[in-house]
Amino acid sequence: MRHQTRILAAAAAGLIAMANATHAHSSTLDEVKKRGDLRCGVNIGLAGFSAPDDKGEWTGLDVDFCRGVASAIFKDPTKVKFVPLSAKERFTALQSGEIDLLSRNTTWTMSRDTEQGLAFVGVTYYDGQGFLVRKSLGLKSVAQLAGASICMQTGTTNELNVADYFRTRSLTYNPVVFEKNEEAVSAFNLGRCDAYTTDASGLYAQRIKLMDPSAYVVLPEIISKEPLGPAVRQGDDQWVNLVQWSLFAWLNAEGLGVTQDNVDEMLKSGNPEIRRLLGTEGDYGRGIGLDNDWAYQIVKKVGNYGESFERNVGKGSRLNIARDQNKLWKDGGLHYAPPIR
Amino acid sequence: MANARNEPPQPTQSFAWLYDPRTRGIILQIALLVGVAAFFIEIALNTAANLKAQNIATGFGFLDRTSGFDISQTLIPYTSTSTYGRVFWVGLTNTLLVAVIGIVLATIIGFIIGLGRLSSNWLVARLATVYVEIVRNVPLLLQLLAWYFTLLIALPLPDAALELPLGIGVTNRGLYLPAPVWQPGFGAVLMALLAGIAAAVAIGVWAKRKRLATGEKVPAFWYGLAVVVAPPLLAFFAFGAPLSFEYPEPDRFNLEGGIVLLPELIALLLGLTLYTAAFIAEIVRSGIQAVPRGQKEAAAALGLRFWQVQRLVVIPQAMRVIIPPLTNQYLNLTKNSSLAVAIGYPDLVSVFAGTVLNQTNQAVEVILITMGVYLAISLLTALLMNWFNARMALVER
Repeated sequence: MRHQTRILAAAAAGLIAMANATHAHSSTLDEVKKRGDLRCGVNIGLAGFSAPDDKGEWTGLDVDFCRGVASAIFKDPTKVKFVPLSAKERFTALQSGEIDLLSRNTTWTMSRDTEQGLAFVGVTYYDGQGFLVRKSLGLKSVAQLAGASICMQTGTTNELNVADYFRTRSLTYNPVVFEKNEEAVSAFNLGRCDAYTTDASGLYAQRIKLMDPSAYVVLPEIISKEPLGPAVRQGDDQWVNLVQWSLFAWLNAEGLGVTQDNVDEMLKSGNPEIRRLLGTEGDYGRGIGLDNDWAYQIVKKVGNYGESFERNVGKGSRLNIARDQNKLWKDGGLHYAPPIR
Repeated sequence: MANARNEPPQPTQSFAWLYDPRTRGIILQIALLVGVAAFFIEIALNTAANLKAQNIATGFGFLDRTSGFDISQTLIPYTSTSTYGRVFWVGLTNTLLVAVIGIVLATIIGFIIGLGRLSSNWLVARLATVYVEIVRNVPLLLQLLAWYFTLLIALPLPDAALELPLGIGVTNRGLYLPAPVWQPGFGAVLMALLAGIAAAVAIGVWAKRKRLATGEKVPAFWYGLAVVVAPPLLAFFAFGAPLSFEYPEPDRFNLEGGIVLLPELIALLLGLTLYTAAFIAEIVRSGIQAVPRGQKEAAAALGLRFWQVQRLVVIPQAMRVIIPPLTNQYLNLTKNSSLAVAIGYPDLVSVFAGTVLNQTNQAVEVILITMGVYLAISLLTALLMNWFNARMALVER
């Protein structure tokens, strides 16, 4: 009898201890190092940003950022476990600790940043919401879509922007909302909708998948601001800094002309900015818990931001998206990273 | 003294109750209950503490906030300026719409197929068997996607809308029906209809009493039909046909006006109904086969005709076997309707546990509410079916 009671008590205590385990917060960086890989949440499949290639390797701009952070930590870009997530799942996955970093073409908004326990660290791609329509409709502006059926994906800012756009102009439309992008695009392809809407970058990525891409046109109008960027959990400032400065180092490397090919030569550079970036001068790795060559590793393993951009979504890719506002500030774009010093 | 030596050693009197198996049982039960309760309370407190620590909003205040998005099918008034709470009701009514129509259709089709499997006609029986075996062995989600994309491909684009008689239009954007517009005076027609139905019920009761008392048969059905149909018709023409229709007209992109049945709704109903009907068919077949053959033979020997045998002897007994598993199928259909999200039908899971969850990110609250709703719908269905089952139960004398 007493034996039985003891087992029961032990079981209850065990369960409570289990529930309590999540109370304890150890540093994300320590956990990642102990585990031996970085868990990175990415899109299930969005050409140019994150999609498996024909060899089953994840590629894309968002994927490169994950590999960059992994290189900074482990000096090895392969130490990433990619977790493909739908728009609906992404925040819960980050909050629950299933992933360490969300790099999944996610728009930085106030409610996401302040109410959902997320911390956005910067912008990897300046985007805006656009519309894909059949050329034969002869449309010039989004407002001409009054009365049209529009296909889109649930759980996105796109759903809200369209509602805002048409409400502001007192126009009507018929939303057709799907959980997965694939079904939204298929339905559009089969003529269920007159337009398909998502971020402009996504439109280019989806258009190449349609039966006859040349029969469709992206409307020139952009109806929203969609700064896409990586996010982490709130409450671990060291981890926020590490991810944020990985992004800044990525951008600064391009600004300083440090590329994947010349990074070893650049180690001998006399330019103090380059020396601080590559860790030949100063002690900048310590503040984020890494060795001083952390930024060198990023550039060595995945290249700088510009190289990754052109390779994945720009001239070197099927998407062939112009850099425009995604150029560095000194070239007339919006990317502006604080200096390393 | 000798007497005292023979007495068994007494355990300390005050702890004797501890060795009573009944008491022990009760103590253990209470301990287990407290343990389980403590476990769930700990989970709840821990969740709340962690959400707070991670700076994630909690509570049900979000239900009063503006949703900011639109929904393709709303049975109650809704705009993007409505609240998240309103979204919940829109989703719930959309789910109930599918569940109710689906249950009715699946029952009808299921009974027909089930009877078909027992048909003495070789072809009919084989066709019914093939239907059941194919439909219930393919995953429902695949069937839904197949129906949906087949409809989108098979139906014409809006610029080539198929125009059917009575002003019905068919495109792959939906089935467009003329919408009735009530004119003043239509209330009187409705009143006449209600009065007619009441009269028909009264006639039915009267006819049954008379038959039981005198054995004389009254064609109650025809009398009833007459009083249901005639008064509303008279009222309709007396008030100068107070009903007009709004017909769907081609607009720039779609047909506009009238009542629209979205292809998402049609595909979902087709998929759910045909899938569940296959299971119901098997239940009906087994129920009928469970009635001993002697019952039929005895009924026939009493001089009852085929349909009388079915109606009075076979089906009432078969129903006792059919109803409990039928309830399961109704619950399954309701729960399966949550697959709607895959084909863009705005049910509760799609708009509330989907979009609202994502915009507010209050996963715990939203999922709790959603699970509570499905639980409530299912329990309510089960309750109704149990009541029906009790009514159909064999009254033993």
